[in-house]
Amino acid sequence: MTEEQATVVAPESSAPTDEDVILELNDVRTYFELDEGTLKAVDGVSFNIRRNETLGIVGESGCGKSVTGQSILRIVPKPGDTQGNIWLRRNGETVDLASLDPSGREIRDVRGRDIAMIFQEPMTAFSPVHSVGNQIMEAILVHENVPKQAARDRAIEVLSQVGIPEAERRVDALPHELSGGMRQRAMIAMALVLRPKLLIADEPTTALDVTIQAQILRLMQDLQKEMGMSIMFITHNLGVIANMADQMVVMYLGRVVEQGSVEAIFGDPQHPYTQALMESIPRIGLTRGERLTSIAGTVPVPLNPPEECGFSSRCPKFIPGRCDAKVPDMLETSPGHHVRCVLYE
Amino acid sequence: MRAYLVRRFIFMVVGWWLLSVVVFIVIQLPPGDFLTNYIAGQEQAGTFLEREEIESLKLYYGLDRTPIEQYFYWAGRFVVGDLGRSFGSWRAAEQPVTKILAEVLPFTIILSTLALIFTFAVAIPIGIYSATHQYRPGDYFFTAVGFIGLAVPNFMLALLMMYMLFKYFDITAGGLFSPEYALADWSIEKVIDMLQHLIVPVVVLGTAGTAGTMRVMRGVLLDELGKQYVITARARGVSERKLLFKYPVRLALNPIVSSTAYILPGIFGGNAIVAIVLSLPMTGPVLLTALRAQDMFLAGSIVMVEGALVIFGTFLSDILLALVDPRIRQERAAAA
Repeated sequence: MTEEQATVVAPESSAPTDEDVILELNDVRTYFELDEGTLKAVDGVSFNIRRNETLGIVGESGCGKSVTGQSILRIVPKPGDTQGNIWLRRNGETVDLASLDPSGREIRDVRGRDIAMIFQEPMTAFSPVHSVGNQIMEAILVHENVPKQAARDRAIEVLSQVGIPEAERRVDALPHELSGGMRQRAMIAMALVLRPKLLIADEPTTALDVTIQAQILRLMQDLQKEMGMSIMFITHNLGVIANMADQMVVMYLGRVVEQGSVEAIFGDPQHPYTQALMESIPRIGLTRGERLTSIAGTVPVPLNPPEECGFSSRCPKFIPGRCDAKVPDMLETSPGHHVRCVLYE
Repeated sequence: MRAYLVRRFIFMVVGWWLLSVVVFIVIQLPPGDFLTNYIAGQEQAGTFLEREEIESLKLYYGLDRTPIEQYFYWAGRFVVGDLGRSFGSWRAAEQPVTKILAEVLPFTIILSTLALIFTFAVAIPIGIYSATHQYRPGDYFFTAVGFIGLAVPNFMLALLMMYMLFKYFDITAGGLFSPEYALADWSIEKVIDMLQHLIVPVVVLGTAGTAGTMRVMRGVLLDELGKQYVITARARGVSERKLLFKYPVRLALNPIVSSTAYILPGIFGGNAIVAIVLSLPMTGPVLLTALRAQDMFLAGSIVMVEGALVIFGTFLSDILLALVDPRIRQERAAAA
């Protein structure tokens, strides 16, 4: 059993010892206590992100990808509550983000400076009555004691860095004066202005049209090389993951069902859910007239979910009495490749 | 910005003109012309007017001309400050309308402005508190108080407050001054005395709009609080307090500012009963008696002046809105 696997399986692990791991999630659970019951949006998620690595998180809508991202920054909307460990390596020591007060000073220090986040909706991500520059400068001024003019210069610099022409002028633009692609670039500029170690990108290209999507992805890759940061890329688009990520995590119903390197998972998808996702990707070379496979049914809502494999209701390989008996364990089927399915027990 | 202001200003002037037409029609509405009514009223009171006197009055009011000419005649005199004469519905004395308005209008304007400020000063913080503490005891408490405030009639509140103040603080709340200052010369003590007397009417008039404004503030703020730009700001490390006031509160003020135009008529309209109960020199009771006596120049003038003030208030809130929201500045400028 490798050390990495031990951290994945054992619930009560301590801070990671590997210097290269900048963020490690250990049995993270984000539950929403609602009138209807407990909604387990994230239910025991463990993975880690290494320096300069891109981790892709995939899954359909409603499987807990975004809430996982929000849990790391502790910005889960009410009444969500996050338990478990979220170890962040900063300034030579490790802090458990899950143990911090979500509105306290320490987590606010981390937000924007160590870990930044960009979101799906560039249309609404900026306050409509403040200039883009004002909001980028705010990110600097919140964390650093610098004069306004210096912050403004840096805002202009980062705007031109993300490829916004005439940044000196655009810095004073109101969000509605920029196009969707420009706004997404501005949001990336805002996230990267303090050179965070980790960027959480929550479906950053979903709301953009295809050509702009490609530009933004390219920009993120370039900036990653330039600045040296890790990216956690949340998407439902497997094609994007194949392009961008080194490691990937497949989530279903709040749990990680498969994780490993992109090569390993694309080469040998093992979980029936991953296999189904792969079959639903359109590709060139698909015989004409052949129908694209879709996964039957929809993601159930994890309200008081039973103790069983979350995918059992839609799984083509469902084994009665085994899949619905307990939540399957995470198993390492080959080095670094883990899957949560009874077929491999 | 300039184009926007010019446009709003033109709207204001057009608004005033439309208002004047409506007011003129209202003045003409009672059956027969008002001079006939006036003469009849005088005769009932035992005064018989001389023929020359009637003729001169006819000339003065332009009754020998067509209605359209009469409108321009009336409007022209209105603009230069001649509002016509009251037939004596108020304090039973035949006198110029301007003289009556000079007695009641300044106080009405001051009190209405104070009531408006009171409304905002109370409703906005409570709205913010309610939205940030949604479904917690404090929110329920203010919601309940707000609805009670909405349901309790103004005059009832006025009576209650007068009673309480008199019983527990020995302050007489009615009128503008305590008896000992009523006829005294102006002094610091007299001003303090007047301010004490203002508290009750300001609170009574202000609470009418408070509940509604509070609910609007709460609702809009709740909407804004969940928006992406708030989450984005939180994700870059902005503290909750700064986050609240810099972004959602500012945007939530937008509908409040534009609703000033709806609150103001409420305050003007609500003052009749309150003024009677608290025996204050306000336009409400004057308008009421003028309407009952078909003293149309007096009634029309009050409606005209207060309407014009509401339109002016709307103009001010438009300017304020443009200052608060740069989008409005731009969009309207582009459209203008």
